[in-house]
Amino acid sequence: MNILQVQNLEVVYNDVVLVLKGLSLDVASGSITTLLGANGAGKSTTLKAVSGLLAGENGKVTSGSVLYDGADTVRLSPEKLVRAGVFQVMEGRRIFEDLTVEENLRCGAYTQPARLFAHNAEKVYSYFPRLRERRHQLAGYMSGGEQQMLAIGRAVMACPKLLLLDEPSLGLAPLLVEEIFDIVRRINATEGVSVLLVEQNARMALSLADYGYIMENGRIVMDGKGEDLLRNPDVQEFYLGLGHGGEKRSYHDVKHYRRRKRWLG
Amino acid sequence: MEYYLQLIINGLVVGSIYSLVALGFVIIFKATKVVNFAQGELVMVGAYICFALTVQFQLPFLASFLLTLVFSIVLATVVERLILRPLIGEPIISVIMVTIGLSSMLKSFVQMVWGTQIQVFPAILPQEPYMLLGLPIAPVYVAAFGLSALLFGVFSLFFKYSSLGIAMRATAFDQQAAQSMGIGIKSIFALSWCIAAVVSSIGGIILGNINGINAQLGHLGLKVFPAVILGGLDSLLGAALGGLIIGVLENICEGAAKDLFGLGGFKEVASFLILVVILMVKPYGLFGTKEIERV
Repeated sequence: MNILQVQNLEVVYNDVVLVLKGLSLDVASGSITTLLGANGAGKSTTLKAVSGLLAGENGKVTSGSVLYDGADTVRLSPEKLVRAGVFQVMEGRRIFEDLTVEENLRCGAYTQPARLFAHNAEKVYSYFPRLRERRHQLAGYMSGGEQQMLAIGRAVMACPKLLLLDEPSLGLAPLLVEEIFDIVRRINATEGVSVLLVEQNARMALSLADYGYIMENGRIVMDGKGEDLLRNPDVQEFYLGLGHGGEKRSYHDVKHYRRRKRWLG
Repeated sequence: MEYYLQLIINGLVVGSIYSLVALGFVIIFKATKVVNFAQGELVMVGAYICFALTVQFQLPFLASFLLTLVFSIVLATVVERLILRPLIGEPIISVIMVTIGLSSMLKSFVQMVWGTQIQVFPAILPQEPYMLLGLPIAPVYVAAFGLSALLFGVFSLFFKYSSLGIAMRATAFDQQAAQSMGIGIKSIFALSWCIAAVVSSIGGIILGNINGINAQLGHLGLKVFPAVILGGLDSLLGAALGGLIIGVLENICEGAAKDLFGLGGFKEVASFLILVVILMVKPYGLFGTKEIERV
C-alpha cells in the first residue's frame, strides 16, 4: 500500500520553465523513501508539488497526478493538505525567528486541537531535550542544529501521516546530521509517519532509507532499495565519490560524463 | 505651567487615538506588508456610521457602537476580498496606489451621503469634568484614554498567547513557511484588515465624541504616519508610544508657538517636522526591525 503516488508529474514555473518532466515515484506506507539528485534537478519542486506550496512561487502542475491516500491532491491548498496529514519541512529550516521556541511549536500545532498541545509538545521535547531547555528563548538566537530540530519538532506537532523533509542536513556538522537522521528514524518508527526525504548527503540518506530514487533534470533516472543503490557502481561513482575499486576518484578524472550521458536520453 | 500641563493631557488623549489608528496600520503592515493610505478614511467611515445610527436612527449609543464595529468588519472583509486579494504578489507601488484610490472613494462616499458640514454627536458621557492635579478633565477624555489602553492590552495578550495571534506574527515573518504549517494566510490577511478597521472605527467614534466629525477626519490617517514611523513600522509597542509622543509633541508645539510667538495653526505641521527629524536620526524608528540591505 502506497501512501503517496506521483505519476508523470510535470511542473512549469512562470509558464515557461519546465522543471519536472514526467516524474513518477511512490512512497510506501510507513517507509522512509529518499529522493537524491544534484542541485537544480527538481527535488524541492517535487516536494512542493506534493505539499501544495508551488502556487506561492508561480509554479503550476501542468500534467500528471499526485495521489495521497488514493485521492488526487494537486488542486488542494497547503492548509487543506496539512489538515489531511501532509507536512513539509522546508529547505533552510525556515523557523520564525521573532517567535520563541514554544510559539514556533504552536504554529506547527495550528491545525491541531488546542487540548493536544501539551501532550504533543512533551513528545517533541522528549525527541529533542535541547528544545525544552530553550523553549522560552527566541528561535532566531539558536544554532543551526537546534533550528533544524525545531523545524522537525514543528512537523511532529502537526501529527502528519506523510512527512516531507527537504535537506535536513543542510549546513550541519556531520555529528549533528547523524543525530538528526537518527531522530527521523525514531519518528518514523514510533509515530508511524511515512517519510519522503530529499537529500544531498547520499550516503546518509541511502543508509537510512528503505527505498531510494535518483533524479536528474526533472526525471527519475534510477531507483531501488536503499542498500542496493548504495552498492550500485554508478551511484558510488557519481554520488558517493568512489571509483570502481572503492577508492576516491580524482577531480581530474574526466571520464564522468560518459556514464552520466547514458542516463539523460 | 498649568497651561502646558493641560496641553500634555490633551496631547495624551489625542495621542491615544493616534495610537489606536496606528495600531491598525501596523497590524496591516506587519501581516501583509501593505502600506495602507486609507487608514484615516476607515476612521472617518466608522465615525459617520456610528453618528448615523445614533442620531439619524435614534439607536442607543452602545447598540450603535457595536453595530458600527460589525459594519467595519464587513467593510474590511469586502475591501480585502475585492480589492487587495487580487493584488497579492503584485508590485508594492500598485498596492499603495490602490489604497490611495480607496481612500478617495471612501471620502467621496461619506461626503455624498452626509455632506461636508461638521456633525456633532449627542453627549453620551456627563459633562461635569473630573479634577486631576487641580486641572479639569472631561470624562470623555478619560474614557478615550482608558479605552485605548484597554484595546492595547487586549491586543498585546492576543498576539502573545492566542494561536491566531501567534499565527499572525508567524505569517508576518515568513508567509510561505506559515503556509507550510497549515496557516491559511488569506484568512490571516482578511483578519488583519478586520482588526485594523475595528480599532480605527473605535478611534473615529471617540474622536467624534470629542470634536464632532466632518469629512476632513480622514486627514488623521496622515497624522498617523509620523506616529508609526517614530515607533517603527512593524512594532505594536512602537505604535502605542509613537501615537502618544506625537500627540503630546504637536500639542506642546502648538501651545508654545501661540504662547511665545503668537503663531497659530502650528499643530498641523508640527508632527511632520518631527517626522523629518526622526527619519534623519533614526530611520527605523524606536522599535522597528532593522533590515540589512546589501547593494
